[in-house]
Amino acid sequence: MPKLEATPNNPLHTLTADQLEKLGQEFDALHDEIYAELGDADARYIRGMITFQRRLIAASRGVLLFSRFRPAWWAGTAGLSIAKILENMEIGHNVMHGQWDWMNDPNIHSSTWDWDTASPAAAWKHSHNFVHHTYTYVIGKDKDVGYEIFRVDPRQKWRPGYLLQPIGNVVLMLTFEWGVALHDLDFDAIKSGSKSKKQVAQELKAIGVKARRQIAKDYLAYPGVSAAATAAVTALNGGDPTQAARDSFKATLVADAVANVVRNIWSNAIIFCGHFPDQTFMFTEEEVANESRGGWYVRQLLGAANIDGSPLFHIMSGNLSFQVEHHLFPDMPSSRYKEIAPRVKEICERYGLPYNTGPFRKQWGTVQRTILRLAFPGGGPRPKPGPYVAPPEERAERERLVEALPAFP
Amino acid sequence: MVETGATPNVSFVRRQVSRIGRVMTSPLLPDDYFALIRPRWSTREVTGTVVRVNKERGNASTVVIKPNFPLEPHLPGQYLRLGMEINGIRHWRAYTITSDPDHPEGFISITSKHTEGGRMSPVLNQFVRSGQQVFLGEIEGEFTLPDPLPGQLLMVSAGSGITPILAMLRELDRRDRLDDVVHVHSSRSADDMIFGDMLRELADRRPGYRLVEIHTADHARFTPADLDHHCPDWRDRATFLSGPRELIDAVEEHYDAAGLSDQLHTERFQPVIGNGGGDGSGGTVRFRVSECDAECEAGVSILVGGENAGAKLQFGCRMGICHTCVGRLQDGAVRDIRTGAITEASGQMIRVCIHAPEGHVEVDL
Ligand code: FES
Repeated sequence: MPKLEATPNNPLHTLTADQLEKLGQEFDALHDEIYAELGDADARYIRGMITFQRRLIAASRGVLLFSRFRPAWWAGTAGLSIAKILENMEIGHNVMHGQWDWMNDPNIHSSTWDWDTASPAAAWKHSHNFVHHTYTYVIGKDKDVGYEIFRVDPRQKWRPGYLLQPIGNVVLMLTFEWGVALHDLDFDAIKSGSKSKKQVAQELKAIGVKARRQIAKDYLAYPGVSAAATAAVTALNGGDPTQAARDSFKATLVADAVANVVRNIWSNAIIFCGHFPDQTFMFTEEEVANESRGGWYVRQLLGAANIDGSPLFHIMSGNLSFQVEHHLFPDMPSSRYKEIAPRVKEICERYGLPYNTGPFRKQWGTVQRTILRLAFPGGGPRPKPGPYVAPPEERAERERLVEALPAFP
Repeated sequence: MVETGATPNVSFVRRQVSRIGRVMTSPLLPDDYFALIRPRWSTREVTGTVVRVNKERGNASTVVIKPNFPLEPHLPGQYLRLGMEINGIRHWRAYTITSDPDHPEGFISITSKHTEGGRMSPVLNQFVRSGQQVFLGEIEGEFTLPDPLPGQLLMVSAGSGITPILAMLRELDRRDRLDDVVHVHSSRSADDMIFGDMLRELADRRPGYRLVEIHTADHARFTPADLDHHCPDWRDRATFLSGPRELIDAVEEHYDAAGLSDQLHTERFQPVIGNGGGDGSGGTVRFRVSECDAECEAGVSILVGGENAGAKLQFGCRMGICHTCVGRLQDGAVRDIRTGAITEASGQMIRVCIHAPEGHVEVDL
């Protein structure tokens, strides 16, 4: 690989080794503080979320038995889409990250969880938890830099194939879960032979099994049940059962497909917004050689970007709208990110580091712009934000909180 | 993987419903949806409900549990793991089953002594109320009465080590075989002896059962040399021993010195890892998730080998009890270092703390 230039004035290089060490200790302490607090209330949150999601999906599937009727189709499809999004983001992604492992509950644990998407849990945990979260945004190491198919940093060498990037981008949005499943295979490792043939075969088989189950469920079983139910009802009322069965089979199949695509587009958007907005930095292998703990934290801060939004938006994005906090503490329960965000900002401010965030429209827009622009040769670095400065309201709130503290003996 | 309860024995019909229903619920099980209606309809693991808590002498409590699925029948002296959620975190600990086998409704009980600073025992002794949900592991343990029964028995116990001995004594009583049993038990005082009243009553009723109480509050501690005094014919008796580690070590040494270790049966609660059935060949391990390669010499577990090679692996007991260290064996053969048994890969889960590679293996960890 040709030698890559480090991004000029990457804030990583403005800190001394001493500062980095202090910063590392501060983040470690924040993590430990939250971990020491975890208890019943957190357990209730995730269990409540899982129960709600399962009720919602069961109800939506029930409503879709009558998918032949417009209102039922719309209600069922909407419910199913939301349930699939919750399952994928706030539950699946976070449980498989080990955020709830501290509960020691075998039914809500990274080692046993599997999600309602095409990619098998084991392969995803390797490529995501291990490769991506360790080598975050190190070009050439983190396979999530452009997912090996896109050029998202001008320092990646242009090839004519990248001209197809805008189309590939849309295809990936629609079929994101399948893209992730294939991505987890790690084509580089296969090519370089670092993965044994046997392992590749087993992983392919695992994808095959998972795919078969997903397809059988969404595109055969539920449409079939809808068809049977509608046919029975129609026959009882003296109608034509065959036509009714055919219609509702199709309607449910389309509903399931739409829900999967909605989930794919949404998760793709949230995940791309977490890493490819203009604000984020990428790193070269030299930059991260002999990295300290503090350096690792700074890289996570710089490589990720948040999305501003309402509480509902945060839940629907699996709290990946707190991508910065998530990257700092991948194993912290997602429900705590919101709470620590002000403290992360405060640390950023003190160390003169940026805190990447922005509204969804802006984040998504810059991602799309980058993908389009870098399909063509060239392209320069995008403007990067300066150190974080708290707006006056936040400063006032911070001061108010300090004053509000009771006097401890 | 995490420590989990036993797998319930479910009926054939129920299994088929699960298998077929899975088409609609994958990657979950139909059980996960049944549990929305009633949590105990889930057959993922054996759970139980606390029925009653009896205070015992010596700062202990007996907790009576109604399992939500029929348990395997147990033998007096065996134990099971009990799991409980405390402030959002599930904890596990092994307890001897103190109830008699074959309860008509399948209830069981365990008895726990309050230990200061413990995780589970303070909760079991102070806060558990009827209705509390618990998790139940498999019935385990080799510390049981042999078949056929030896003619003369000696029981040596101390403190809460009384529990398996009590279970055996009750069994002997039931079978009317309490013919010639000497029982030497140490507790702090007469008042402090768990099940003291019950055993004294037994001694009164059964001339074949002689109870020797040693009260350490006002007498010297029991040492194995005292056996000559308490039970002069100890050499002729099959001996059952249960208590704290120091006691077990001392008595074991004493029996070894007398060349009588064959007669001694002990409950250590935790098997000691030895080199079961020879050393095996050792081998190399590929950790697929951590992307790490390790070498294990003969008799070195995959867990230890992996740790030495820098892999971060999960573990709990490190002796094959808790299943925390479980990983899927994808390729190769492994040897159980407790028993020497060899398992070939077929995608099954193995406990890496008690398995050593035989040649090259690959695990999903
Ligand atoms: S079974 Fe407990 S660590 Fe292996």
